[in-house]
Amino acid sequence: MSETTHAVEFRGISKRFGSIQANDSVDLYLDRGVIMSLLGENGSGKTTLMNMLAGIYFPDEGEILIDGKPVTIKSPADAFENKIGMIHQHFKLVDVFTAAENIVLGLKEQGKLDRKAISTRVKEIGDRYGFEIDPDKKIYEMSVSEKQTVEIIKVLYRGADILILDEPTAVLTPQETSKLFKILRAMRDDGKSIILITHKLNEVMEISDVVAVLRKGKYIGAVKTAETNEKELTEMMVGHKVSLNIERPDPVDPKPRLTVAGLTVRDSEGMVKLDDVGFIAYGGEILGIAGIAGSGQKELLESIAGLRHISKGSIIYTPEGKSPAELVGKTPMEIKDAGVSLAFVPEDRLGMGLVGGMGMTGNMMLRSWNKGKSIFVDTKGPEKLAEQVLVNLDVKTPGIDYPVRKLSGGNVQKVLVGREIAQAPSVLMSAYAVRGLDIHTSFTIYNMMTEEKMKGVAVIFVGEDLDVLLELCDKILVLCGGKVSGIVDARTTTKEEVGLLMTKLGGKEAN
Amino acid sequence: MSFNIIGLIKAAIINGTPLLFGTSGEILTEKSGNLNLGVEGLMFMGGAFGLMGAFLYGNAAGDSASGAVAVAISLLCSFGIGCIGSLIFSFLTITLRANQNVTGLALTIFGTGVGQFVGELMRIKVGGNVTISNALKAAFAEPILPAALQKIPVLGQILFSYNLFVYLGVIMALVMAWFMKKTRKGLFLAAVGESPATADAAGINVTRYRYLATVIGGGISAVGGMVYTMTIAGSVWNHSGLSGEGWVAVALVIFCLWRPINALWGSALFGALLILYLRLPIPFLPTQIYKIVPYIATALVLIMVSMRQRREDQPPQGLGLNYFREDR
Repeated sequence: MSETTHAVEFRGISKRFGSIQANDSVDLYLDRGVIMSLLGENGSGKTTLMNMLAGIYFPDEGEILIDGKPVTIKSPADAFENKIGMIHQHFKLVDVFTAAENIVLGLKEQGKLDRKAISTRVKEIGDRYGFEIDPDKKIYEMSVSEKQTVEIIKVLYRGADILILDEPTAVLTPQETSKLFKILRAMRDDGKSIILITHKLNEVMEISDVVAVLRKGKYIGAVKTAETNEKELTEMMVGHKVSLNIERPDPVDPKPRLTVAGLTVRDSEGMVKLDDVGFIAYGGEILGIAGIAGSGQKELLESIAGLRHISKGSIIYTPEGKSPAELVGKTPMEIKDAGVSLAFVPEDRLGMGLVGGMGMTGNMMLRSWNKGKSIFVDTKGPEKLAEQVLVNLDVKTPGIDYPVRKLSGGNVQKVLVGREIAQAPSVLMSAYAVRGLDIHTSFTIYNMMTEEKMKGVAVIFVGEDLDVLLELCDKILVLCGGKVSGIVDARTTTKEEVGLLMTKLGGKEAN
Repeated sequence: MSFNIIGLIKAAIINGTPLLFGTSGEILTEKSGNLNLGVEGLMFMGGAFGLMGAFLYGNAAGDSASGAVAVAISLLCSFGIGCIGSLIFSFLTITLRANQNVTGLALTIFGTGVGQFVGELMRIKVGGNVTISNALKAAFAEPILPAALQKIPVLGQILFSYNLFVYLGVIMALVMAWFMKKTRKGLFLAAVGESPATADAAGINVTRYRYLATVIGGGISAVGGMVYTMTIAGSVWNHSGLSGEGWVAVALVIFCLWRPINALWGSALFGALLILYLRLPIPFLPTQIYKIVPYIATALVLIMVSMRQRREDQPPQGLGLNYFREDR
């Protein structure tokens, strides 16, 4: 039997982490000049599998073949030698170095460290594929998309022929995404093999030639993108039929719940982070907030929750059947008690809101420790709540006292969102609630938001995926550089309009 | 009372030299992301073993002992014991991933103990002060440059009147500064200290860099202890002579913002602060007040740096954190 040689081939790859089987004898191959999407739910082992190709993990069983030859990839250095380069979801860059310094990290080139020559070569690569890059800029001065560019050039500089990108579009605007896709296509036409790990089905359909699906660590199959559709892919991923529609009932009797006017916030260095922001959040509506990462979304939510010093402006809160009250100047505790709940999911999911070393019960207790009269904390209530969240949201954990740090990202998020919703808030704020979650879990969270909305809660939803914002929200507020760039009706607007508002104040382009 | 400024500068530089070694060694260690709080212990061991080496050689060779050989043996002994001490630290923190603060403090206690033990053991064996012949002492502590140079007014005293270790220290710090700024390996080392995960993903052997930097850095720090004992303390074992020296060196690392080039003038400044109570006595001011001045200076630098918020002045981001590739 004559075998054709593939660029990459996995044969019977398995990997375990303690009691968790991350990959279970996976067989997968990829040819030259092909863009493959790797799909799967959270914890299906996509990233683990790719990390084995990149030398971060070492497989317990099985072998990896490059161009038909079996190879041992024990470290990232081995991966580079086999012309494999991975762009991680969390960029691996040294902040205080320049782009050029990051790019040459680890290279065993001879001779003096000639920064000028390196910069020139970096520029050349940039010109070949259409990147814009300043090799002498420090990483900490760069935007997310610039950092990604540095990461991609880093692997190209090493002569990588096989590129792995782990959720590359998660933090990009639509415009930046289409730019990236153009570059990826240019690289494919140059004969490179590209593997994309992503959750966004529309992007899978747009960019990839082949789609491979993993489920619970097992390889399910690969299909040609042209011969499939989003519904079929989802079924392969989840294993059963699912409906992919977000229900959006019309708001019932919306009342102004939160009236924000002239809100101006500076950070500790005196930089204006929010500039004269004003809007009204209605009870019974979902207000989406869109914007490029770092446009003031975080600051806005934190200001409402009382976590930031407010330079100017007012936040009037009108609870159901009570008289309006000013929130500015109140402590976070008073604001929370009034019914304004913040489910903030920061980039590192455990950064704010959950304590990694504690179990679900302990984390539930963070919201109730000061309730009750006894000098001892009440553990019964939080325990019950933890069990409720466990069942309702299908959290996968060995037990409610298992440290949440050790759960997978999606499950951590469920714990956080579940706890906030259980507070029966009248304003629910969430930021990046579905970041890194798979379709299935994401939809559970969307539906929870919609349920809250139907209870008359004013939901404020900071999201990244514009398609979701357009489907889920009633109104969308777009922030641009800390200013309100526009408030649009989610039912009538288009992705392009929101995208423009994100990048240009007022969305006006000279045309 | 006439205040002798040239004398002060000279004394500051001589007293700063043990710090220059201690600090440069620790800078190298910390650049790799390892926070070795055992410098105090390493310098104690360096002092004791450095003296022991010269002492044993002096006894064995008798009248034919050569100064250069004694210096070389002392250097080797102190550097070697420093390497061994920090190798223990490296094994515990890098391979076994023990907490760096705890391990460093343990190394301080261990090193002071070993240093004291070796020093006292020699003292009991000799039955008095442990010291070496005057000829050997001169090889350690006397100026090495030709007398003609020292006779140049002002400059001769400030620049050319020092013992061997002052010049050795300056060369060492300059080489280290060049290594960190201009070489690939220096860049890679900084990457390991800033973000081991990044360095690892880029194919840099994090474990090797950390081991090498910590072991060599520990050796250099220990040489500082030897320099103190052999020059400032007059080549005599003194029970508590070295105490505090290592901690000042750790503070000086922060003061220098992790740059060897700053250690050059920083160590002289701290050397001056350490002896100020002898040179500039203020009536009724207890010497203890003088001795805290280096730490106050360090605190002031920290405040200034945090106000300026320059990313380049911050400690290596991975400092004090152990790295494990498969950490989830």
